[in-house]
Amino acid sequence: MSEQSAAGADGSGRPSGRLLEVDDLRVEFRTRDGVAKVINGVTYHVDAGETLAVLGESGSGKSVTAQTIMGILDTPPGFVTGGQVRFHGKDMLKMSSEQRRRIRGEGIAMIFQDSLSALNPVFTVGFQIAEQFRIRRGMSRSDAKKRAVEMLDQVKIPNAKGRYSNYPHQFSGGMRQRAMIAMSLALDPEVLIADEPTTALDVTVQAQIMDLLGELQRERQMGMILITHDLGVVADVADRIAVMYAGRIVEEADVYDLYAKPAHPYTLGLLNSIPRMDEKGQELRTIKGLPPNLMNIPPGCPFNPRCPMAQPVCREKVPPLLQIGSARASACHFAEELVNRD
Amino acid sequence: MGRYLLRRLLQLVPVFIGTTFLIYWLVWSVPGDPFAGKCGDRPCPDNYVAVMTEKYHLNDSIWVQYATYMKNLFQGDFGTTFSGREISDIIMTSYPNTLKLAVVALSIEAIIGLSAGVLTGLRRNGFLDNLVLISTLFLIALPVFVIGFVLQWLIGVKLGIVRPTVSNDMPITELLLPGFVLGSASMAYIARVARTSIAENRRADYVRTAIAKGLPMRRVVGVHLLRNSLIPVVTLLGTDLGALMGGAIVTEGIFGINGIGRQVLRAIVTKQSATVVGIVVVLVLVYLVMNLLVDLLYAALDPRIRYE
Repeated sequence: MSEQSAAGADGSGRPSGRLLEVDDLRVEFRTRDGVAKVINGVTYHVDAGETLAVLGESGSGKSVTAQTIMGILDTPPGFVTGGQVRFHGKDMLKMSSEQRRRIRGEGIAMIFQDSLSALNPVFTVGFQIAEQFRIRRGMSRSDAKKRAVEMLDQVKIPNAKGRYSNYPHQFSGGMRQRAMIAMSLALDPEVLIADEPTTALDVTVQAQIMDLLGELQRERQMGMILITHDLGVVADVADRIAVMYAGRIVEEADVYDLYAKPAHPYTLGLLNSIPRMDEKGQELRTIKGLPPNLMNIPPGCPFNPRCPMAQPVCREKVPPLLQIGSARASACHFAEELVNRD
Repeated sequence: MGRYLLRRLLQLVPVFIGTTFLIYWLVWSVPGDPFAGKCGDRPCPDNYVAVMTEKYHLNDSIWVQYATYMKNLFQGDFGTTFSGREISDIIMTSYPNTLKLAVVALSIEAIIGLSAGVLTGLRRNGFLDNLVLISTLFLIALPVFVIGFVLQWLIGVKLGIVRPTVSNDMPITELLLPGFVLGSASMAYIARVARTSIAENRRADYVRTAIAKGLPMRRVVGVHLLRNSLIPVVTLLGTDLGALMGGAIVTEGIFGINGIGRQVLRAIVTKQSATVVGIVVVLVLVYLVMNLLVDLLYAALDPRIRYE
């Protein structure tokens, strides 16, 4: 590990504060058909050594938030219309593109969902890892290669030296995702964003990759943002969970609290929709209806058309994300009732 | 890679035999008496016709004729014209000129077409993009002889920047104008293909990964994006050399270049079938070799092809 990031990880010599904070972020997509409000005031943070899981269905804005943090949002159509993304307390959205580039890979790195399309098909896996050592650290070709082989070794790719000169299509899905992880960790980032890292993989391989990610995160004391729509994936790895719906955080809590007592009807619906062994043969439970059209989000709580608990107030007032107790928050008018019920 | 190369080489054999036979058959099947007008106003004496018929195997079947021709060809013998001039001699004097012209044209279209395509692909809908789209449409729509005559008149005659025709020793500076004319249509296609390819790959996931790695934009575009986008362009460029040489006939005429176009034209008019076949067979070889080179380059650019 480099000295620089070791200092960052334990926070010494820096003003106390969060490692990475997203504060009231707003993003919209301006398309020919209209303006889609994709992110509507997202606030979350991650500190060194902790894992935040961001949970939500497709289109809830979890990946767009991550892309905005990384500065790889496609503009147009995506535009940031408000809020801040602070890294070590500095708003990255106000930085020059050169300053942001330097943070990528070294401060904040990202793992993508589909490793086959995310790796460049015409360069060897080793080249794509070594490239960072050469370009960002100014290493010689042979030193960079040595470091890249070490990285492949660290993510437990067998015969790392031999695999160095293989192309992405010669790797299996799981090995390719390992290589992707090696690539993202090459510059020793302080924050790792994993955008559905196991979605494209077999179930058995999924567990291996999650274990590996958890292990590397603990070893390196990184802050990790794990984006997923899979409740099963997060339980073991995450410390906290933020649930997103229609571009907002609707609930945030420690993993244990959230699973034990969800404080938002949407979270409750998600947990209930997990297939259970003791209900074999019965119809699967789903959340009725569809996520709202982001070009025309209903007034009031965006979840109200699908919510079994909806009251008149839900159709008029947007519930703010409020603290309940010490370490959790919910954006529901009836959060207290939900938490306090038996 | 070795197997890939071997397979491509073997594929060339039937293609070479097939194309050369077709050419041979078509050229010698052109109706008309090959001896008409060969002996001035009078018909040719019978013994001359007999000797010539024997020499060119005109009484044998087309298969035997072709086989004999190929046998001689592989011994480096292209035959002679009716007047006794070695056809290999004609080829040796005319081919280098056309090749030189075609290479200049190819270089111009590669440099200008590719740069225009990359720049407009990265920034679509800008001023440059519109300029390139309109100008390439012009180049594609206008026939070569129009572009040739207009530029020859404008740059060569009116402005006097270069000689309107190319002198015998063919200096490169004088070939720039004819090269541009010859390559103009292909240049437009190259620009458009490169533009589309760059624009498509610009949004590819691996480009986003490269940006997320914190690489400078120069490297993202110059290494990651360009390498992938070049594949269709290379195909177009490689197969174009043969097309440029075959299509040089008009350009050679306009700028007075003594190339294969002029020789083929003269041979067709005077019914020198052996000359036509000889020149075209060499052109087929150029096509085949270039195709092979493209396949190899393709494999070098895209490992997924190499390892298929």
